[in-house]
Amino acid sequence: MKKNNNQLMMTLLKGRTFIVLILLVIFFSFAASSFLQVNTLTMVAKHVALYGILALGMTFVIITGGIDLSVGSVVGLVGMLAGGLIQEGLTIGGKTIYFSVPAVVVLMLLVGCLIGLINGLIITKLKVAAFIATLGTMYICRGLANLRSNGATFSKIAGYEGLGNTGLKALGSNWLGIPAGVYIFAILAILAAVLLKRTDTGWHILAVGGNEKSARLSGIKADRVKILVYMISGFCAAWIGLINTAQLAAAHPASGDGWEMNAIAATVLGGTSMAGGSGTILGTIVGAFVIGVINDGMTMCGVSEFWQKIIRGLVIILAVVIDQTQRNLQAKMALQARNELK
Amino acid sequence: MFDDPNVVLHCEKIDKIYPGTKALDQVSFDLLKGKVNVLIGENGAGKSTLMKMIAGIEQPSAGKMYMDGEEVYFKDTNAARAKGIGIIHQELSLFQNLTVYQNIFMCHEKKKGMFLDDKKHVEGAKKIMQRLEHEIAPDTLVGDLRVGQQQMVEIARNLVEDDLRVLIMDEPTSSLSAAEVKVLFKIMRELLEQGISIVYISHRLEEIMEIGDHVTILRDGKYVADADVKDVSLSWIVENMVGKNTQYHRFERSIDLDHAEKVLEVNHLYLPKTGGGWLLDDVSMYLKKGEVLGIYGLLGAGRSELFECLMGMRPEHTGEVIYQGKPMKINSIAEQISEGLALVPEDRQRQGLVQSLDICKNASLASLRSFRKGFLMNYAAEEKAVDEQINDLHIKVADKHLPILSLSGGNQQKVVIAKGLMTNPTVLLMDEPSRGIDIGAKTEVFEIIHEFSERGLSIIVISSELKEIMAIADRIYVLSNGKCTAELSGEDITEDKLVRASYAGLGTGKSA
Repeated sequence: MKKNNNQLMMTLLKGRTFIVLILLVIFFSFAASSFLQVNTLTMVAKHVALYGILALGMTFVIITGGIDLSVGSVVGLVGMLAGGLIQEGLTIGGKTIYFSVPAVVVLMLLVGCLIGLINGLIITKLKVAAFIATLGTMYICRGLANLRSNGATFSKIAGYEGLGNTGLKALGSNWLGIPAGVYIFAILAILAAVLLKRTDTGWHILAVGGNEKSARLSGIKADRVKILVYMISGFCAAWIGLINTAQLAAAHPASGDGWEMNAIAATVLGGTSMAGGSGTILGTIVGAFVIGVINDGMTMCGVSEFWQKIIRGLVIILAVVIDQTQRNLQAKMALQARNELK
Repeated sequence: MFDDPNVVLHCEKIDKIYPGTKALDQVSFDLLKGKVNVLIGENGAGKSTLMKMIAGIEQPSAGKMYMDGEEVYFKDTNAARAKGIGIIHQELSLFQNLTVYQNIFMCHEKKKGMFLDDKKHVEGAKKIMQRLEHEIAPDTLVGDLRVGQQQMVEIARNLVEDDLRVLIMDEPTSSLSAAEVKVLFKIMRELLEQGISIVYISHRLEEIMEIGDHVTILRDGKYVADADVKDVSLSWIVENMVGKNTQYHRFERSIDLDHAEKVLEVNHLYLPKTGGGWLLDDVSMYLKKGEVLGIYGLLGAGRSELFECLMGMRPEHTGEVIYQGKPMKINSIAEQISEGLALVPEDRQRQGLVQSLDICKNASLASLRSFRKGFLMNYAAEEKAVDEQINDLHIKVADKHLPILSLSGGNQQKVVIAKGLMTNPTVLLMDEPSRGIDIGAKTEVFEIIHEFSERGLSIIVISSELKEIMAIADRIYVLSNGKCTAELSGEDITEDKLVRASYAGLGTGKSA
């Protein structure tokens, strides 16, 4: 009898985020009159993609037992660099080069990877704790973003016809009625899921997060794995920088401020443990939806900014407590099963 | 020697030097093919270190290794694995968060193009587990398995490439039930038939007599002797393990212990183990005033747990404790200290010292309250008391405000002892007090134990070193697998009796 109750509890707990999402959608469709309209849902999808892409990278980092606080600042820095390259070009030795939009995209993704590489090296070679290392790069990148324009905003980014660098807005508009960001989120999510589940690198990431010592003894190059996940995180942050700038057609030095927290929240809500060693991409996707629905739903209900922050904080704490409850229950059930076999 | 077909691996004069100790000293070792090669020795003899060399976990400081007549050098575990050498650690190195097949195929992944071929993984895992007669569902999380099953997964990992030649097993039975040990031995014999050679490290002498083919004995980092198991007796092994020459000075007691009062009594102590079973199984013992009581036993016998119960760290224990004639209700460490018990813990670095504090604070840490003047600290009184301890225990200190780590291991240990003594205890519990310190400091610690017991302090000492416990203890209890299997005093204290009693509780065979 107790065993069946436990199993029921486990199923509920494992699917909790999905259940919560359904409940939230139902709730907000009653609470806010225009929630289930196409316009609203498109806006929610846009935001979910923004949280989700960042959360994808964050998931890999947290699975290895680390954390990346710098992603919000990378969003801002990449936005400023991209806006700057398009509006002002790159001036070297008196000559100004303008890059085409695809080139800008590639360059910015490289910048994201580079910052990730730096984070990874500080953490693995200089042995600085991930929290501190990425806190440091967070401030540095934010400072650089501000330096780029002395604190000013690049507004109305459009590029110049004659120079062939128009077209950034493609990343910010709708393709077939759906925001471009959503497509990019979908593609990146599929790639992430394949990487985590269907490649040996994915296993190595899980192994390093689960038991780094055993991973090393098994021959896994743990340092390389860790550097990789921070580069993935930087890569994702760069995408957000580009998409966000495209959507706003402007680059503001403070953009992305605090977005790392949303990414962490979505990851944790999705069932990835802060202790490392476990996590799924599907969980993160659902977590991103939950964050998006809660944020936009509350805004549509007219909830004040301040209350929204309080509620967000409570949601995160609740998510971690439930996660721990699930793990404890799992351990208890395993112990029971072992005892029964004796 | 080098290309003897019966020898699969030959180690020639291996040295291993760590900062402060020489763990291996010119050790030569032959790994016989197709046999269970047992490696035995007391704690610190060098068994694990030698195995680390062979498995490629660390590299020798000097000496060479040969396989198939050629010199080999393993710069990491992958290099050793490439030569067919696998190791199962005492603390299993599995990934509790991953499935059985993921653990088995980690770093030997089967791919279809760029992607993993999980179908092959699941099938392969099934096959290997069948071979080991442990049919576990391949998608079970390793963390959900019993230790015995986890160990089988660890063995399976080594069989995945089908090129395993040597399997090193480090204390494989320390967490297994008697039934699981039987299954393990059966599997081992089958592995031998398949041409695999086994190196087996264990303290459990009776198991060694049962499963071992050839035994090599190490002591203090040096090779002592080797022989075929069928040609030798248990007593011969014990004699060589312990050695005949080194004897610690045995102190004369001036106190009449026969007529001394009992200061501590423990009756029918039980401490449950999570998951079933007992860490302490009906343990009863007593301690007389001024006595030095020894507790001997193997790792996992329950010795440290006994101390933990007495110090209030194990609220789940049951049983009666009588202290100075009155029944004692044990609540918390702080209470036990104020009642007059003090503990010198086993792990100096992790449990005994606070590395960020200086020598003086480490010594006074448990008794800070007694140096208060109102709300504030009376540093003068504290310093005076610490100075007294430094003198009494002959701690070599240049300045007691230097960081604790500036002292040698032996002097650090004395500071931990001082901390206990500064609480003015009636009973002092010492868990492996001479662990990891050089012979000179060891003798000084023994002198401290003798000196304070003569002053009337009652002391219980846990030790896993036969020579040591035989020299300092007036009376010895032996714990084995949670049970008290012997109480020895006077003429009865012999190496043979102590060793036999230390595995008598294991139930894998006959008792002493």
